[in-house]
Amino acid sequence: MSSAVVSTSAALGRPFIFDADPEPEVGSLSAEQLQQKSVAKVLHSTINNQKSALPLVTPASRLEIRPTPEMAPSGVTELDALTGGLPRGCLTEICGPASSGRTTVLLAALAAATRRGEYCALIDASDALDAHSVAASGIDLDRLLWVRCGEDSPAHQSTKKSFSPSEKTNPAEHRLEQLLKATDLLLESGGFGMIVLDLADVTLQAARRIPLTTWFRFRRAVEHKPTILLAIEQQPIAGSCSSLLLQLKVPSSPFSVLSSRRQVAGAECTSARSTRPTHAHLLTGLEINVELARSRVDRKPACSIAFETKTAWAG
Amino acid sequence: MSFACIFVPNFSIAAELRAEPELQDQPIAVFEGKPPLEKIIAVNEYAARLSIAPSMTKAQAELCSELVLRSRSPLQEASTHAAMLDCAQSFSPCVEDTACDTSIFDLSGMGSLFGSLPKISQAIADRASTLGLKANITVASNPDAALIAARGFPGVTIIPAGKEAEQLGSLPIKVLFNDRLEGDEKDSADRLLETLDRWGIRSLRALAALPEIALSERLGQQGLHLQKLARGAASRTLVPVEAPLIFEEAVELEHPIVLLEPLAFLLNRLLDQLCARLGSRALATQELRLTLELSNLTGIEDEFENIGIPSESDGNDKAMLKQVAPSLSRFVRQGGDFDSPSSTDQCRQSKAPQARRQTSFIRKLSLPLPMLDAKVFLKLLQLDLNAHPPGAPIIKIHISAEPARPRSAQGGLFLPPSPEPEKLELTLARIAGIVGEQKVGAVELLDTHHPEGFRMRRFVAEVARKVPQKKTPDSVEAQSAVTALRRFRPPLRVNVTLENGQPLRLHCPKKKEVQGEVLWKAGPWRFSGDWWDRDAWSRDEWDLALRNGEAIAFYRLIHDLLGGGWFVEGTYD
Repeated sequence: MSSAVVSTSAALGRPFIFDADPEPEVGSLSAEQLQQKSVAKVLHSTINNQKSALPLVTPASRLEIRPTPEMAPSGVTELDALTGGLPRGCLTEICGPASSGRTTVLLAALAAATRRGEYCALIDASDALDAHSVAASGIDLDRLLWVRCGEDSPAHQSTKKSFSPSEKTNPAEHRLEQLLKATDLLLESGGFGMIVLDLADVTLQAARRIPLTTWFRFRRAVEHKPTILLAIEQQPIAGSCSSLLLQLKVPSSPFSVLSSRRQVAGAECTSARSTRPTHAHLLTGLEINVELARSRVDRKPACSIAFETKTAWAG
Repeated sequence: MSFACIFVPNFSIAAELRAEPELQDQPIAVFEGKPPLEKIIAVNEYAARLSIAPSMTKAQAELCSELVLRSRSPLQEASTHAAMLDCAQSFSPCVEDTACDTSIFDLSGMGSLFGSLPKISQAIADRASTLGLKANITVASNPDAALIAARGFPGVTIIPAGKEAEQLGSLPIKVLFNDRLEGDEKDSADRLLETLDRWGIRSLRALAALPEIALSERLGQQGLHLQKLARGAASRTLVPVEAPLIFEEAVELEHPIVLLEPLAFLLNRLLDQLCARLGSRALATQELRLTLELSNLTGIEDEFENIGIPSESDGNDKAMLKQVAPSLSRFVRQGGDFDSPSSTDQCRQSKAPQARRQTSFIRKLSLPLPMLDAKVFLKLLQLDLNAHPPGAPIIKIHISAEPARPRSAQGGLFLPPSPEPEKLELTLARIAGIVGEQKVGAVELLDTHHPEGFRMRRFVAEVARKVPQKKTPDSVEAQSAVTALRRFRPPLRVNVTLENGQPLRLHCPKKKEVQGEVLWKAGPWRFSGDWWDRDAWSRDEWDLALRNGEAIAFYRLIHDLLGGGWFVEGTYD
């Protein structure tokens, strides 16, 4: 049985239009034939009424295809080759564990956006942004708005003084509440080229408490706008609301992630007790593996790329 | 040559009605003087119908229950006078401040800007009405004729050149004198009026018809001058004055306000008037100062200033004051002791006896760009007062605006999007109410090597401008991304197992992911600075690799050499 909704005149609130009664044909048809004919006429008139009651419904075959959103460079050449950039007017998720390169990719995207002359906003749920990393990434500090969520906010101070257990809130939930409220306000204000939600240090349990309706509302807020909405987290939490999902991974072997100018250093690290002094070691960068887990923007098959980052002191 | 005159009749009443328009249709009287000898100095027509007249005592007037009594407010009169001058300045640069209720200005050359004389007159009347003034507007060929006609004829009047005597003839003699004269001038004017009245001269036409020689013999030059005025033949030059750029509005309340909602209603009205005055002078404002006089029953007079929205120049001492001031407000309300050293530095203590004293509560609103939107100002003030409530009933409200040139912005089709300044300011104020004032803004690096050497400053979205395309070599464009550090604020204290002075194993009680055997390490790097300062720091830094589940995470470990202790400062991500 079809699950399609049948719109009847009653459902649409429109009067049922009766066809005019046919003239009786005396003597030409039998009673049974007359009955069948009348039933057919009733059915025919019912179908006509439905058709006349559905003038505004567009058949699915004629629906317009949603235009492809404009893509903006992410600041990382390899990432742009993988995804085509970051889509405007859509939600992008960048997920991964610690040291997978999420913040590096985030800062590179912010640097690219500020270089284009756009204003960006970063809502930091854990107040984890490092100012020197921001400057080293090439971000124009005048164009970056930093919202630092924390436990010493005015609202949280008032609840802390409350003696009622029901009024006291979990600090993680309080930070998330601040993040969601600030995001709502910034999306409403408009004018930002990129808005970033930094949930990287929020526990998965707390992050999953953000309702999907909230993500949907955020996505609707940036639709048809040139704003890139970017969320970084440990695991995907926005469900189908995100148009682009990137998974970042850290290689399990430590030696492959260490890039040093001296190849000897990599070999020396294979031994448990290295004879080389530790002050001769230097973290020169990380290796980042990015997998395109989902792309609704440009339907591409899942694939991954790897690239290296450099620390600010690596030169 | 034409001159226009703006005359505000019954000035004291007009000043009160400008502050409280809802009293427009009620009998109102203004009194002045020291109790119990207050006397009525002005009444409106509704009060006059109730037989309330000037010179009555306040006690006598209070017998009329319908009458609304208001004390004379020099501040409101000054605001009204300033509004009148702003109205005149918006039409002509040559404005004479004739009296507190009168202003005359030259309309020469204004025809090409504003049109014919009737159009100019109507525009002046409309502008005065916008500024809350119920004024008489007159245009004549000489200043004195315009002045006398404005005193005599209500509404808008235009006197054609040569018709002054004819038009002014029907007016009473008293229009020749300012009704706000005091002292000797008033006595002299009264004597003249009495003399003329005894002669039966009660209109300007009658005065104009008197023989000049006989008039000069009896009244002297003053009489001749009055006759010239009555004929509309007096001529003089205007003494223009440069109106000071002071934009203030104030209202004194009969009953103290306790809630912020009625306060917002009054603020809305004051801001509308202020913005209208600024707009008439083609100016905007970049700073608003709100002063609330509070009702204080503790018998101690003190005045302190709250910080308001922090500006770039705010230092640590102001931050401390900000923390002290709200508690000080509660302290004052509770009648507390001022012996504590933190509070005595911040207020002046009076030895006055127990009496109702006033406390000033000041908030300063600094805007990133010149703006002129009363709604935005009201919302910002509301958000600020919600975050920093006065703490006591309010008996007087005073707002002043620092004038500034309006910003000029050239839009473009191909410029990158940027937030609207007014919307952004409201959004930032709302976010500051959520996360705290120091927790939202732009980052500014300080000139120090301290790891947390930065501060938050105000975020300003300047007018979008096209970013110049820099010609960079391809090698620079293709440079790799810079490894970022994610900080733990505050840094996580860890227990470190050392071997030969080097970290071997870590355990963090607060974060279970930060623990395990050290797979790889680099360091230590000695890092210190500001040894000459109270905030000196010295530490050893390590970059570590720890196993995090199936993957590896990189952390920055620090050993605080001054305070001792091991901390994980952040993770490389």
